Amino acid sequence: MSVGKRKSHESAEAHVSGTAIYTDDQRLPSGMLSLFPVLAPHAKARITKIDVSAAYEVEGVVTVLTADDVPGENNTGVIVHDEILLATDEVSYWGQAVIWVAGETEEAARLGAEKVIVTYETLDPILSIKDAIVAQSFHHSPQVVRRGDPQTALQSADFCLDGEVEMNGQDHFYLETQTSWVIPDGEGHYQVYSSTQHPTETQIIVARVLGIASNQVVVTCLRMGGGFGGKESQANPFASVAAIAAHKTGRPARVKLRRHHDMILTGKRHGYLGQYHVGFTADGLITALDVDLYADGGWSLDLSPPVLLRAMLHVDNTYYIPHLEVRGRIAKLNRVSNTAFRGFGGPQGMVVIEDILDRVARTLNLPPDVVRERNFYHGTGETNTTHYGQELYDNRLARIWHEAKALRSSSPSGVVANFAERQVAIAQFNQANLHKKRGIAITPVKFGISFNKTQYNQAGALILVYADGSIQLNHGGTEMGQGLHTKMLQVAAQTLGVSLDRFRIMPTSTDKVPNTSATAASSGSDLNGQAVKNACETIQSRLATVAVRMMTLDTPEDLVFANDWIYCRSYPQNRVLFADVVKQAYSDRISLSATGYYRTPNIYWDETTGKGRPFYYFAYGVAVSEVEVDGFTGTFKLRQVDIVHDAGASLNPLIDQGQIEGGFVQGMGWLTMEELVWDTQGRLRTDAPSTYKIPTIGEVPEHFQVHLLERAAQDGVIYGSKAIGEPPFMLAISVREAIRAAIAAFGQPSHVPLTSPATPEVILWAIEQVRAESFSLNTPTDLDVLVPSK
Amino acid sequence: MTSALQNHFTIVINGATVRLKDVSPTMTLLHYLRQSGRIGTKEGCGDGDCGACTVAIVAQGSDGKPHYQAMNSCLIPLGAVAGREIVTVEGVSRDRLHPVQTAMVTTGGSQCGYCTPGFVMSLFAAYYDRALNDACVEGNLCRCTGYLAIRRAAQEVVENQPDDSDDRFHQHLQTTSADLSEISYNGNDQWFYRPTRLQDVLTLMEQYPDATLIAGGTDLGLEISYHRQHCEVMISLEAVTELKTLENTLEFVEIGAAVPLIHVEETLRGVFPSLDEMLHWFAARQIRTRATIGGNIGTASPIGDLPPVLLSLDAELKLAHSMGDRTIPLSDFFKGYRQTDLQPGEVIVSVKIPKSASTRRLSQAYKIGKRGTDDISIVAAAFVIDLDEDDRILHARLAYGGVAAIPIRAIAVEQMLIGKFWNHETIQHVKPALKQAFTPLTDLRGSADYRSLLVANLFEKFFVEFGEAPIQALEVTA
Repeated sequence: MSVGKRKSHESAEAHVSGTAIYTDDQRLPSGMLSLFPVLAPHAKARITKIDVSAAYEVEGVVTVLTADDVPGENNTGVIVHDEILLATDEVSYWGQAVIWVAGETEEAARLGAEKVIVTYETLDPILSIKDAIVAQSFHHSPQVVRRGDPQTALQSADFCLDGEVEMNGQDHFYLETQTSWVIPDGEGHYQVYSSTQHPTETQIIVARVLGIASNQVVVTCLRMGGGFGGKESQANPFASVAAIAAHKTGRPARVKLRRHHDMILTGKRHGYLGQYHVGFTADGLITALDVDLYADGGWSLDLSPPVLLRAMLHVDNTYYIPHLEVRGRIAKLNRVSNTAFRGFGGPQGMVVIEDILDRVARTLNLPPDVVRERNFYHGTGETNTTHYGQELYDNRLARIWHEAKALRSSSPSGVVANFAERQVAIAQFNQANLHKKRGIAITPVKFGISFNKTQYNQAGALILVYADGSIQLNHGGTEMGQGLHTKMLQVAAQTLGVSLDRFRIMPTSTDKVPNTSATAASSGSDLNGQAVKNACETIQSRLATVAVRMMTLDTPEDLVFANDWIYCRSYPQNRVLFADVVKQAYSDRISLSATGYYRTPNIYWDETTGKGRPFYYFAYGVAVSEVEVDGFTGTFKLRQVDIVHDAGASLNPLIDQGQIEGGFVQGMGWLTMEELVWDTQGRLRTDAPSTYKIPTIGEVPEHFQVHLLERAAQDGVIYGSKAIGEPPFMLAISVREAIRAAIAAFGQPSHVPLTSPATPEVILWAIEQVRAESFSLNTPTDLDVLVPSK
Repeated sequence: MTSALQNHFTIVINGATVRLKDVSPTMTLLHYLRQSGRIGTKEGCGDGDCGACTVAIVAQGSDGKPHYQAMNSCLIPLGAVAGREIVTVEGVSRDRLHPVQTAMVTTGGSQCGYCTPGFVMSLFAAYYDRALNDACVEGNLCRCTGYLAIRRAAQEVVENQPDDSDDRFHQHLQTTSADLSEISYNGNDQWFYRPTRLQDVLTLMEQYPDATLIAGGTDLGLEISYHRQHCEVMISLEAVTELKTLENTLEFVEIGAAVPLIHVEETLRGVFPSLDEMLHWFAARQIRTRATIGGNIGTASPIGDLPPVLLSLDAELKLAHSMGDRTIPLSDFFKGYRQTDLQPGEVIVSVKIPKSASTRRLSQAYKIGKRGTDDISIVAAAFVIDLDEDDRILHARLAYGGVAAIPIRAIAVEQMLIGKFWNHETIQHVKPALKQAFTPLTDLRGSADYRSLLVANLFEKFFVEFGEAPIQALEVTA
């Protein structure tokens, strides 16, 4: 068995030896040019003059790329064509790359870029979501998803609250910055090596910019040094710029962004503003919810509409809300254009509803975990169906929740306790400590698996078996560290009944598998795994006919492929070596290569009604986090994390555990320390790891336990597994809610507003507010917003 | 200088001697490694913050013996490694994987793999120091794993620490030397000097008034990595004997300006609690192996970590100049934003910290950042309170970073405290004055209001943590 094993990453030995080759590690072709950008110094301005002449005086400068050099369309927009590649008359965000200089060396290009003169006439930029709302500056049309009649239900609710939640974006901070090499072959074709999650889209955009057909461009992704959504659409402009240089000069050209350029130039997770009205009963049951979600789309549309839709479809998280309307808008700002990032809007939607649930609980003086549990999807039919009309069916929430609550884990202080016992211990600690408080929170995740856009839910594979029995495996997915290639090798080895070392996994390339979807939406294994299996089964059935002849059997139904042998099921002594069958197949003139294909069945989405079955299934998980907050400084320490996650019948528990741990820590970074700061002129002040802080090992608690849900095989998915890339990211909301609980312990608040990220400063101000309210006598807090409506 | 000017120098990389001729001595080691085809070492940030470019260098430890030390190759100019030994990720395994590599493979310690060579090198260096723990990789960022598998890898190696008597790196450390020779190099129209005597430094500074001094290079390296500074003449202080002494007597501690912080940390542990605490939060190991105490003071950043501690301990600076030496209190050294009292041609020789005769001394340091580990402070503070037998305050030092253009003491509040009882009322009495003691700025790290609140709150935190507990007489340690 290959599937289900704790196999190390297929490149792990190369990773630790420094021999794993990334795009910019390849042997330099002779004559390779390096590109360096000229950045716009204003958030919004009209270009009045461009003078590049001085750049050519710099030794080693070969050419300067301006809009005039684009042979095709000067636009890299992916959904709509609204993303100018080389600026013409206007710049739309601070740091936008206006011009690129190509030099014999990166240094020459950099010195040349310093000499380019662009003059501007500045215009008034829009720099916040709230300013965009005032100015009615939006991309795209509004989107609405609605169930029931929330307006009426709000009027008849026992209690109503309204409020808002603001959350910041997040830089991907993949360790390998954006990189593209373009090598022209002199006959009008272009070989692109790109660190891209979406080679097909990079191919389409490069072809568009060069004004040639897709078949003239081959895009290859060797592997990525991290992606997280940040190389889905964001790789395209850099490949395109290198392609323009290659076209103009006939020489190979490379873009390798330095870190600050990467942080300035590339899109990030969308910041969001959520505004809500919620109605609920005295028991904490939510009866109605009306929400507006505003996404910071930035200057161009990019992937913002599907990101917004996913936020809207995850604003319910795990909760049944009988009357719910969610409206979404994409604010158009003079900032970098925001894009895909692990969770793809899901986290933003969930942060809003988890904020609301905590507030409802504190308003009613009920424990937040109780209120969460009471509102879970449950039963069958209406109460187990989302606001967009998809029934959950195999709802594993209650099971996972109760397993997580019952976990008896040993705490940092050595006490073995379950959730309820830990709550008591924390209350005692908080009684005894005036200046530091602990908080514990349990939060659930339900995440829909499939691309919302139905057409992306297809995949291809290509398997090449050589006469010596060795095999090359190609599929449409890209490797960014998530272990997709490892899992695909396991699937192929399992299906063909051969050992893993028979395979070579090939770099993802558009000349092997065409028309691929992005490796995104946690779908890599689900889609490509089925395509790989399909290709292997084709090979297998061809080999079976050969084996049957070699073993003098009547029918191939009797054959078993396992351990590099092909056996007769009823008489295992009758067997032939896989490699011998391959050799014989070649002699018999049987084709030894095959494509595989898969499309996800039974999914659909109606954009006009906002209803459908957009997701093939849901992934579930629950996390319990405990923190300690310092009342003098607002700093917090994450003390303990316990997770129960549903990975189905895991294809590879080692890899899945890594996805859960890594996703959680990344989510914790987003919610607690990674703060993007733009100044009043729209300049990004946090453009380096010295100013933008992602978690280090020091922020990760000693006690961090991950439990994969057992007996969890998922019907209809590759070998019973479930998607794992994104769902664990949102388990980190438990950290945010635990911080909130600790802040609340400084008083008795009915509401603990918290912007995101919850930095020490944000936490300290929240504590100050809680303390101030608790000391003000005779005034129940939040009386102005807590209005019993009848 | 006794050595003649040369147009070449050598570096030993993975055991092979490489002769470099006419190269720029300010090219970063990372750039050189990658340009010469050693692409295992990655650039993640070029900022000394992510550790992807970590390599190991053979350097003298605080015990005087050669050690492998992890350092960021993106911050190191080639001149600084002249005549020295480097190990990169390509050199770690020969026929089979090194134990730290094997553990990283089996625990799932690599996902995308891009940060992995840096982690491997940090683990490699720690392996030979028997110091495999979280701290050895705190300067390595990983965006994929959440670090848990990497932690398990380190634990696995510790649990199965193999006998390394026949390990070639272990053996090499027994025989090699980490002594630094004198270097006089000219190439690419740049000069790089590494004198071994203070007198030669002062002479060179007279000869080249615009020369750039470099010790560990962890601050200057940023300017070089991002091409913000072109150094025509660079004088390295790394090999200067007089700047590398560390003296610990009954009355004082004197630390040479070029002593790396890792040596301060290891040698003086337990002497000054606030210094221990601050060094714990000071950057990451790759930085502390290179950064020096003189550099941290000389760069005069208002958010430098050590100045508040040293101010609270009444440290003095010894300065040398060809025209004569002088000693000044550290509090007189900082003159304005990144301006100091250093005169042209003058260098910091050492920092002298007096030991207190007080038997009832309370001291601690605090550093508040957005991230606990390896961040630049929003506010840093260091406090010293000496009490008499009746709990009356005899001596007070409240020093801060991040609240003004320079590291600064709250002198007015210090004076308010003298003679008062060390109790809750006194703290509440001075808190309003502390809150208004400075007019900090709002920047990307925090607002002015938050900083002002921290100035007061940190002192109260200090009181809560050290005031109400029974006070034990401190022993004077030598």
